[in-house]
Amino acid sequence: MSKQQANAAAKSRAKTAAPIVELGAELNTPMRGCDIVVKCLEREGVDTVFAYPGGASMELHQGLTRSKHIRTILPRHEQGGAFAADGYARATGKTGVAIATSGPGATNLVTGVADAYMDSIPLILITGQVQRAMIGKGAFQETDVFGLSLPIVKHSYLVMNVEDIPRVFKEAFYIASTGRPGPVWIDIPKDVQQSTCKPVFPDKVNLRGYNPDKRISEIAVNEIAGLIEKSERPVIYAGGGIISSNAGKELVEFAEKANIPVATTLMGIGAIPSDHRLSMRWLGMHGTVYANYAVDKSDLLLALGVRFDDRVTGNVREFAKHGTIVHIDVDPSEINKNKVAHLPVVSDIKYALQQLNKVVKGKEFKAWHAQINEWKNQFPFRYRVTDEVLKSQYVREFLKGDVNEIIMPQHVIELLDELTKGEAIITTGVGQHQMWAGQYYKFKYPRTFLTSAGLGSMGFGYPAAMGAKVAFPDREVVDIDGDGSFLMNIQELATAHIERIAAKAVVLNNQHLGMVVQWEDKFYNSNRGHTYLGDPQNPHKIYPDYVAVAKGFNVPAERVTRKSELRAAMQRMLDSKEPYVLDVIVPYTEHVLPMIPAGKTVREIIIEKDAKPVLGTNLGL
Amino acid sequence: MRHTLSVLVENKFGVLTRISGLFSGRGFNIDTLNVAPTQDPTQSRMTIVVKGDDTVLEQVTKQLNKLVDIIKVQDFKEGEYVDRELVLIKVNADNKTRPEIMQICDIFRAKIVDVAHKALTIEITGDESKISAFLGLMESFGVRDITRTGKVAMPRK
Repeated sequence: MSKQQANAAAKSRAKTAAPIVELGAELNTPMRGCDIVVKCLEREGVDTVFAYPGGASMELHQGLTRSKHIRTILPRHEQGGAFAADGYARATGKTGVAIATSGPGATNLVTGVADAYMDSIPLILITGQVQRAMIGKGAFQETDVFGLSLPIVKHSYLVMNVEDIPRVFKEAFYIASTGRPGPVWIDIPKDVQQSTCKPVFPDKVNLRGYNPDKRISEIAVNEIAGLIEKSERPVIYAGGGIISSNAGKELVEFAEKANIPVATTLMGIGAIPSDHRLSMRWLGMHGTVYANYAVDKSDLLLALGVRFDDRVTGNVREFAKHGTIVHIDVDPSEINKNKVAHLPVVSDIKYALQQLNKVVKGKEFKAWHAQINEWKNQFPFRYRVTDEVLKSQYVREFLKGDVNEIIMPQHVIELLDELTKGEAIITTGVGQHQMWAGQYYKFKYPRTFLTSAGLGSMGFGYPAAMGAKVAFPDREVVDIDGDGSFLMNIQELATAHIERIAAKAVVLNNQHLGMVVQWEDKFYNSNRGHTYLGDPQNPHKIYPDYVAVAKGFNVPAERVTRKSELRAAMQRMLDSKEPYVLDVIVPYTEHVLPMIPAGKTVREIIIEKDAKPVLGTNLGL
Repeated sequence: MRHTLSVLVENKFGVLTRISGLFSGRGFNIDTLNVAPTQDPTQSRMTIVVKGDDTVLEQVTKQLNKLVDIIKVQDFKEGEYVDRELVLIKVNADNKTRPEIMQICDIFRAKIVDVAHKALTIEITGDESKISAFLGLMESFGVRDITRTGKVAMPRK
C-alpha cells in the first residue's frame, strides 16, 4: 500500500467512523460476532494484533477497521504474524494476538503456535473457519484447526455459537496468561462471525478444571532455607519461569541474600544482569564452562522455573548428580519429568522467591566463590582468528587475502553490545548466531533476549523484532540473524516498511547453515549435506544479495565485508529511523564454543576447536 | 504395569481427542476406555485402562490434569475400587450344545438376550476375572463375535 492509498484508507475509515454497533451499549444492542470478537479484544486491553485476512476471517477484519483502540498490523505471511505476536508477548509480558483465515492461514500459524507452546509464551490465535454447515465437507480452505491445534496449545476452542464468544475470549486470555503461560487457539466459523446476538461479557471465568494458583508452603520454604544453610557449593539454575512470572528482581534479591551464584538457561537470560558478580551467564550445550562446571560440582542445585531441557542437561542422569536438587515450578507436570528432584515444589516462582527472601540467610561460601572465580578467569567466552579462517576461501575471495579485515561473527555482536550499551532488545533466528548472541551480548534486563529456544524455529528473529519494536517504539530492537534464518521470513521487511516499524537486522552471513555445518565438522567428517546456501555456480559472489532484496522492499540496507567498515556501518544502522538490514560477511568455519555434545556430560565439554576435552583430574571429577 | 484411571471431564466435544492424544503422542495403546455422563449432565466420567511404564504414566496423569477440560484424575490402585465390565458375546449353539451353554450362563449369572438357530447372544457383567473365566469357557463352543464396554470403575470410599 502506498502512502496515498494509506491516506485514502484512513479517510474512508474516517467516513465510516461511526461504528455499525455503538460500542458500550453492547448489552442491549445486538452485535455481530466479528464485532463481539473485537470488543472482547478491547476489553482484554489488546492494543495490537497481527492479522492476515482471507475468506473466512475477513469479517473479523471488517470488525477491526471499526476499532479505535486496536492497531491491526498486516504481516506478509501468517507465520510472520504469529512470530510477531510472540515477540510482542515476550517483550511485554502481555498476551500477543495473531489472526488468520481458515485452511492455509491456520496451517501457516502452526509453527508460531508450537514455538509459543514450547517456550510458554502467552498467545491468542484467532482463525476463521468455514461456515458451520460446511465443516467436515472438504470445503474450500477447510482444515480441522481444533484437531490440528491439540498437541501444541494450552487450550483451544471451536466456537459454534455466537453467544459463546465473550465467555470463550474471557477464558482464553485467562488461560493463556496465568500459571504456566501458553498459546490458546480460537477457531470461529464465518457464519458465527456474521451472526448477531446481545452479548453478555462475563467479568469472571469459571473453570473447574483449571487452577493456576500454586503457592509454596511454609514448610518447603524453611526446608530450602535449611538446605542452603547446610550446603557448601550451592548453585541457582534459573529459567524462563523467572521471566514469565516477572521475578527477575526477586531472583537477584534471593541470590544476593543467599550469596549463591546463578546460571540461567537460554530462556532465563536477562533474569540477572550478565555483569552481576553472582552471574555465571548461562549453562548447557553452549553455555559457559564455569556455569556447567559449577552445576556439576554443586552440592545443592536450586532449579527455579526450569524444565531440565536436554540442551541444558546433556546426559540427564549425569547432570548435577552430586547434589541435592530443589525444583520449583508452577507446572506440576514438570516435576520429575526429566530429572527427579529431591525437594519438588509446585509454586509460582515469584511468590516462592518472595517467601524465600523473607527467611533466607546467606553464607560466605568462600571456597566455592573462589573456585568459580578461578574457572571464570580460566574459561571466559573467547574466540580468535584461527589458521583455518586465515586460509579460508572467505579470506581469499571476499577479502582478497587481507587478513586484517576479517570480521569474526562474535566480534559483530560484541560491537553491537558496545554501541547499544547492552540496552537493546535482541531477537535471533536459530543457529550459531543465536548462541553467539547469547554469549557476546551482555544482557542486563529480563525480556531483552527474545529467542526461539525450545522449538528452535528459524525465521523467528525478524518478525519477533517487529513485534517487540511495535510494543517499544522508543527502544532499540535488533534482530541478530543468520543468512539462513533471515531468509525464512524475509517478506516481513515489507511489513516493517509499510507499518514504519524500525526493527533492525544484523545478518551474520556465512553463506552456510552454520550450526549444521558445525555438527558436520564434528560428527560427519565435514561432509556437507545441503548446508551451503550460496550459489554453487558462482561461489565467488555472495548469494542472495540481501542489499538488493531489501532495496526491493524499500528498506535501506548495506553489506559489510571488511572489519574497518563495520563500526560506522553499524552506527548508521542504529541511527536509522526506519527498518535497516546490515549484511555482514563472516567466515563459515567458526564453531560455537564451548560445546557439550548432545547427550554427553560436562566431562566431554569441547573448549577449543579440534581439541580434546580438557576436563580431567584438575577438577577432581 | 496396568493402571485404571478414572477421569472426570467436562462434557464437551474434543475432550476425548485431547485425552487420547496424550496417550498416542507417547506411543501408548489404551486397553479400554469408557465414557458416559455422570449424575451431573455437564460432566462425564471416563474409565481408562492402560498398560505402561510407571514414570511415563505419572507424566501422562500430570498432563491429563493440566488439560483445562479435565476436572479430576484418579489412578486406582488394587483393592481401592470396584469395577465391572459388560460383554455381549455371540457363540455357536445347536441342539446339542445349547443346554450346556445355558447351564454355564446360569452359573455365571449371565443372560441370554437373543436366540437364533445356530447361535446364542449372551450378556454378562462382572469383574475382570469372572469375565475372562466365562469367555474362556465359551471359546470351546466357537465365538462368533464379542463386544465389550471396557471396564467401568468407582472408588470404594
